Amino acid sequence: MLDYGPDAILMKGLDGSNWHLKDYEARGGYGALKKILGEKITPDAVVAEVKKSGLRGRGGAGFPAGLKWSFMPKQYAGPKYLVCNTDEGEPGTFKDRDIIRYNPHMLIEGMIIAAYAMGTAVGYNYIHGEIWAEYELFEQALDEARAAGYLGRNILGADFSFELHAVHGWGAYICGEETGLLESIEGKKGQPRFKPPFPASYGLYGKPTTINNTETFAAVPWIINNGGDAFLALGRPNNGGTKLFSVSGHVNRPGNYEVRLGTPFATLLEMAGGMRGGRKIKAVIPGGSSAPVLPGQVMMQTDLDYDSIAKAGSMLGSGAVIVMDETTCMVRALERLSYFYFEESCGQCTPCREGTGWMYRMVHRIEHGKGRQEDLDLLTNVADNIAGRTICALGDAAALPVKSFLNHFRDEFQYHVDHKRCLVDVPGGYFTAAARAEKAA
Amino acid sequence: MPTVEIDGRQIEVQNGATVMDAANALGIAIPHFCYHKKLSIAANCRMCLVQVEKAPKPLPACATPAAEGMKVFTDSEYARTAQKSVMEFLLINHPLDCPICDQGGECQLQDLAVGYGKSASRYKEEKRVVFHKNIGPLISMEEMSRCIHCTRCVRFGQEIAGVMELGMMGRGEHSEIVSFVGNSVDSELSGNMIDLCPVGALTSKPFRYSARTWELARRKSVSPHDSLGSNLIVQVMANKVMRVLPLENEELNECWLSDRDRFSYEGLNSGERLTQPMLKVDGDWQEVDWQQALAAVAKGVKNVLALNGAQGLGALAAPHSTLEELYLLGKLMRGVGSENVDFRLRQSDFSADHKQAGAPWLGMKIADIGSLDRVLVIGSFLRKDHPLLANRLRQAAKRGQQVNLIHATDDDLLLELANKAIVPPQELPEMLAQVLKAVAEAKQQPVPAALAAVEVGEQARNIAASLASGARAGIFLGNFATQHAQATQLRLLAQELAGLLGASFGFFGEAANSVGGYLARAVPGAGGLDAAAMLATPRYAYLLLNAEPELDCHDPRAAIKAMHATDFVISMTAYKGHALEYANVMLPIAPFTETSGTFVNAEGRMQSFNGVVKPLGDARPAWKVLRVLGNLLGLAGFDFDSSEQVRDEILKPGEVAARLDNRLSGVELQTPAPSDGLQRIADVPIYFGDAIVRRAASLQQTRDAAPPRAWMNAALLSKLGLADGQPVRVKQGSSEVGLNAALDDRLPRDCVRIAAGHAATRDLGPMSGEVRVEPQK
Repeated sequence: MLDYGPDAILMKGLDGSNWHLKDYEARGGYGALKKILGEKITPDAVVAEVKKSGLRGRGGAGFPAGLKWSFMPKQYAGPKYLVCNTDEGEPGTFKDRDIIRYNPHMLIEGMIIAAYAMGTAVGYNYIHGEIWAEYELFEQALDEARAAGYLGRNILGADFSFELHAVHGWGAYICGEETGLLESIEGKKGQPRFKPPFPASYGLYGKPTTINNTETFAAVPWIINNGGDAFLALGRPNNGGTKLFSVSGHVNRPGNYEVRLGTPFATLLEMAGGMRGGRKIKAVIPGGSSAPVLPGQVMMQTDLDYDSIAKAGSMLGSGAVIVMDETTCMVRALERLSYFYFEESCGQCTPCREGTGWMYRMVHRIEHGKGRQEDLDLLTNVADNIAGRTICALGDAAALPVKSFLNHFRDEFQYHVDHKRCLVDVPGGYFTAAARAEKAA
Repeated sequence: MPTVEIDGRQIEVQNGATVMDAANALGIAIPHFCYHKKLSIAANCRMCLVQVEKAPKPLPACATPAAEGMKVFTDSEYARTAQKSVMEFLLINHPLDCPICDQGGECQLQDLAVGYGKSASRYKEEKRVVFHKNIGPLISMEEMSRCIHCTRCVRFGQEIAGVMELGMMGRGEHSEIVSFVGNSVDSELSGNMIDLCPVGALTSKPFRYSARTWELARRKSVSPHDSLGSNLIVQVMANKVMRVLPLENEELNECWLSDRDRFSYEGLNSGERLTQPMLKVDGDWQEVDWQQALAAVAKGVKNVLALNGAQGLGALAAPHSTLEELYLLGKLMRGVGSENVDFRLRQSDFSADHKQAGAPWLGMKIADIGSLDRVLVIGSFLRKDHPLLANRLRQAAKRGQQVNLIHATDDDLLLELANKAIVPPQELPEMLAQVLKAVAEAKQQPVPAALAAVEVGEQARNIAASLASGARAGIFLGNFATQHAQATQLRLLAQELAGLLGASFGFFGEAANSVGGYLARAVPGAGGLDAAAMLATPRYAYLLLNAEPELDCHDPRAAIKAMHATDFVISMTAYKGHALEYANVMLPIAPFTETSGTFVNAEGRMQSFNGVVKPLGDARPAWKVLRVLGNLLGLAGFDFDSSEQVRDEILKPGEVAARLDNRLSGVELQTPAPSDGLQRIADVPIYFGDAIVRRAASLQQTRDAAPPRAWMNAALLSKLGLADGQPVRVKQGSSEVGLNAALDDRLPRDCVRIAAGHAATRDLGPMSGEVRVEPQK
């Protein structure tokens, strides 16, 4: 049995093989859909229930899901689209993969309900290109749902039809940005669009479109089954429900854990088996690689919900918790992150295309003992010049780690510049040999 | 209609206008690279970031809608900081070697870097290198490290040229502009990408490193090729034309130029230019002075007049000649008593002569084409004959204009056609008759008696339905229709159709002075011979003006025969060419850049221009040559001191409109009667059309200048037992040439498409009619 923690409600009763339709139905699956169609609950009432639940977007931005649904124009002549974002490319994040591999029908049911609530007849699930097996499994799940009449014309005999298709990407991070994702579905190069117009008015193929994260849709059946109030009560006001956290880094049991929003970080760390080798916690990136890093001691005092983490100076983001222990060289860690954004920038906007490479090269130099005194201020300034000046948030995502690493760990960077080597003893670190030799002497 | 405030000044703008629009209206300059008024908004360069009150971050002026009460600061500390930071990013990987860049001195990046760049770079890392590419003879992509990824070239292809030949491949720093799997860029509008490129990434291959922009004088001119009359800036150094750029004229060429208009200047500097009068003495060419040459001409003309009378003379002029030249040629002929003058060298059906109410023209303003909601184009190689008119239709079609086509070939026009009927050339009148009949029936109007037997097919009915469903329709006859063996019937059918629909109708026009030639009366009057008749029965002497009959005439074979059969050929030409074979006197005259003159374009716009350089060598403006010739022949009324005096004698600019009229009278509709046999379809490829462009070296290396082939559809190839690429003999009447067969499966049945205007096909007969194709033995 897969263990997502004692509070798990979405990822409960799963063993890795019981993802099929019959298993899901045995767990009460598609009950929410049957309830809506059977009791003829109106679309507006569904949206109201989701609003009440306090469900916030699980992809990273944390936008209230019910509110987003209400933006879809009701009286619109022509097609409207529903899109699920399973383009899980954020470093540290691997929760949506678990949902579609262990409980795909929960997502499908959630999307059907959303389609019903917003009056859309066609939906797409865009799946990250680097989780191919999960994409194929999801296609199988869709076939099951179609065969059982949950998808297609007149679902369960009701006057409601919905087609759902799976689309796979090819691994570009930028296609996880919702308008880049839409471009990619349309068969174009994945490049974010300038907003406004927003997808709710000009989305897929220029039609009104709602895009939500996998986990957001997956929570919807539970909300319908148990009520918005019950979901909200699981978490905190404005932070309803449970959330999957992908814990990675220097912990004993890395993996996905589903906890109630508002759970202390310390509890999650405990669930993940505590720090590896009993080492001291140094830093945590609480919400995926784009979220600002926080010092370990700050994180240990912080609860896991959108508002608490924001107060602490970072973001809950996608719920990817990257834990770093005292042996971590923060320069090296940032070098890796900066390389990622440099490599994944779509290249459309000048500041991001040019600036991410500039930042990476500077951090790379510092890490490799070629830092200059003026580099640290320049690095901050370059990050400032990228943030807020690009079409999409990738520029911000590239700038925030740089700024936060320098903010909290500037002394390590300064040490690198001054001494051409690491402050900490990093296993496999670039200058460890020299550092060790010096220590030994 | 929101009111916004920019830098303290208020302005009311249209709904949907952007901050950039509002700033432009106020005359406030916001720095930018990717923004271009004719292209879609990309908002990727970020140079136009401005401060907007209450906005949490700087916003791009090009993409931010102007909202009521919005307060914008384009030049505040906050805005300038953002703009300067973008400039820094643009420059970190851009080579900072302006002195060796071809774009230096006319570079948007260089200009803006003065205002927004730092004097030294903070970037100490390695710079990006982007490999060069070869995309053909016109655009240089030698220095792609200079690209700033604004994607103007990409959007131009997608949105204006109608074909995405360049794209941005790769991500982030690895993104680069490439053509599709290394193809060349073949659009007939490609040169505009050079203008659009704000840096030295895309530059002009022919011009590259030949001069600096500040060394060049800029002089206005008018393009001598198609009937649009594109406005030009001709750039000149040391009395040589170095480059041609568009002079913006929203009513004609907008801010674009076709590649023909842009790159044909190379022909002006061709080694084939005739720079000295030449006289054939005892079979040998001798260079002589003007006095000798003109005396010989006068003597020769007088001889013919004495021996054969005025009917023994014939005058043929290219429609690319100026209004003044055409007029003086006609006046000279009439002065000696002959009406044998014509400029319509590629026409074959002259039965409309003396039956037309005025000069045939477009029938409307060019700028109004976009506001038509229904269009019918009859017989036109639209894209290649009229690249920028095609663009107007392309843009209008995107806005909902329904464009219908009746033609003999199905080349991709890169615009969405509502309906098309592709039929063998001899069936064009029949197809048009079907449409006419369908419209008449739909509108419950009487069907002309001659069309009683016409059966209306589905294609015609669809075209008719499209045309009848609009509020403003336009019917246009293209060059192929003008040159068609039944041009008058086509015209009459179009006229009737326009009458039924309340539509405008007219001609796209073959050349720069297709309208002007009529206004200048360079057409035969009563008793005169038209271009075809003058060649069918050879004259005793010919006066050629800018014309190369072996390439410019409808029946080059007949033209060559006539030239060789005659005693005395006077060629007034800028080039030596084939005239060396048949002429007796060659008078070097000035091309459009070396003379003043006037072109009257398709819409009847008189555009006078000055010479931009002095005539090459001993060449002289043709109007002056004709004036002196008039004097030498003792004719009255040839005492002009300027080309303006000549023009004013023809007509004043305000008098043009009254002379334009497409109506025919006294011509009867005939029952269309298709003919049998393999029919030739002859296009005049874009770079074969006139003497100048035929000598433009770079254009001659493009795909559009590929040697003619005998194109047939698969059924015909197989019927004749031929394979694609196989050498064949093409026979027309008694003439024949060797060509390669080629497959174009979109051609109609039993048709062979063989281009005209090329040396390889000049030994063939007329541009239309029956041909035979046999395998090469």
